Amino acid sequence: MISIVNYGVGNLKAFINIYKKLGVDCAVVSTVQELQAATKIILPGVGAFDHAMSLLLKSGMRGALDDLVLGQNVPVLGVCVGMQLMASSSEEGELEGLNWIPGRVKKFDKVKLNNSGGLPLPHMGWNSLTLDYEFPLFADIDPCARFYFLHSYYYECDNEANVIANTEYGERFSVGVNNGNVYGIQCHPEKSHQAGVTLLKNFARL
Amino acid sequence: MLHPRVIPVLLVHDKGLVKSVKFKDHKYVGDPLNAVRIFNEKEVDELVVLDIDATVDGDIPNFKMINDLASECRMPLCYGGGICTAEQAKHILELGVEKVAFGALFFEQPEVISDLAQQVGRQSVVVVLDVKKRMFSGYECVIRNGKKRTKIDPIEAAVKAEELGAGEIIINSVDRDGCMNGYDLDLVAKIRKNISVPVTVLGGAGSSSDIRSLIQQEGIIGAAAGSFFVFKGKYRAVLISYPTSKEKYDLFVSIENKH
Repeated sequence: MISIVNYGVGNLKAFINIYKKLGVDCAVVSTVQELQAATKIILPGVGAFDHAMSLLLKSGMRGALDDLVLGQNVPVLGVCVGMQLMASSSEEGELEGLNWIPGRVKKFDKVKLNNSGGLPLPHMGWNSLTLDYEFPLFADIDPCARFYFLHSYYYECDNEANVIANTEYGERFSVGVNNGNVYGIQCHPEKSHQAGVTLLKNFARL
Repeated sequence: MLHPRVIPVLLVHDKGLVKSVKFKDHKYVGDPLNAVRIFNEKEVDELVVLDIDATVDGDIPNFKMINDLASECRMPLCYGGGICTAEQAKHILELGVEKVAFGALFFEQPEVISDLAQQVGRQSVVVVLDVKKRMFSGYECVIRNGKKRTKIDPIEAAVKAEELGAGEIIINSVDRDGCMNGYDLDLVAKIRKNISVPVTVLGGAGSSSDIRSLIQQEGIIGAAAGSFFVFKGKYRAVLISYPTSKEKYDLFVSIENKH
């Protein structure tokens, strides 16, 4: 069963709706006990890094998540700020991240945005991705497909080998990360029409 | 590269969807949930739903309706109307809405906007500026469905909204609302020069070429419309439409070449 972690942030319903339509078994989980049935985990998230991280800590599920993801190798997909939480730290806040994929979450460089014709921040809207198709997570996704983004910070992996997708906005930056069973995606597949549905279907099949 | 966003805006009045002209003469155009389903099929970039009754009636947001819309919506959703507290806004975001929009509250209790932006991040906080031409010269912002003047210049308001933590500003031209004769491009250029957050423009779009003109002038921007996506023909028959992805990309060609 795909467990969608409910720690008070993120669009849980959108994931449930898509998986229901696909006929994939999934549930919103809010406690350590409920989390135990997980064979896959989605860690959603929106908003500020510290706000999300403190809510995750307050939920009491952090230890169980570490155990499932790092100890039992349960596949996990972090989405948007849920992905950023997997880093070691963030320029947006003071709290430590989960450190599942070593890296730092950084703010877009205003100078580079200005040099690209004054691009606004947040990075908001539909952008195309360069995907590493060796990863089954991206199977059947059209190279021209666009995904919805809404963020001002991005994940910079310590190890370039952990980057599996990137895009461009003033500069090239990573939007997909992977380390073994840990996956993260910066855009919102749950709000990206058919391409997003395909990505979520692929995750269910991993 | 990032594309401009093409965004239908739906107005909720008496539980149905309506479309106005200059904020008056509301015409019923259908059921909100049904419209969302149609826009799902058309794969729209984003949807904005504004409850135009809540603030003027002194009601809190209709959470049941918002929940129903968010559950149905397969694209990003922005909701506005009657939100008075950061708690209400957070509740709406929890229901699965990506962004919450503020009009009157931004002028009357700006501290709520900054509190909220600090808690949820600026990317989810939108300020809508309803802008009207002044009798003699210049513009001013109006609130409460255009019924109350603020005497505040939209440039000043936009700069303040960005400072407070708004992650997007919707510029809505009251004078062009429902007129379908083009956006107020001068107004947009003036405001945009002074801010660096994303801008979405509403009021006046009546054809694809109106959207193209906006994108040619402004590059990456949100092009929003009401009438253009719900009416067809000069008798304004109700028919929901939206450009196909091919038609949409054709609109963007002018800036693809520029970059």
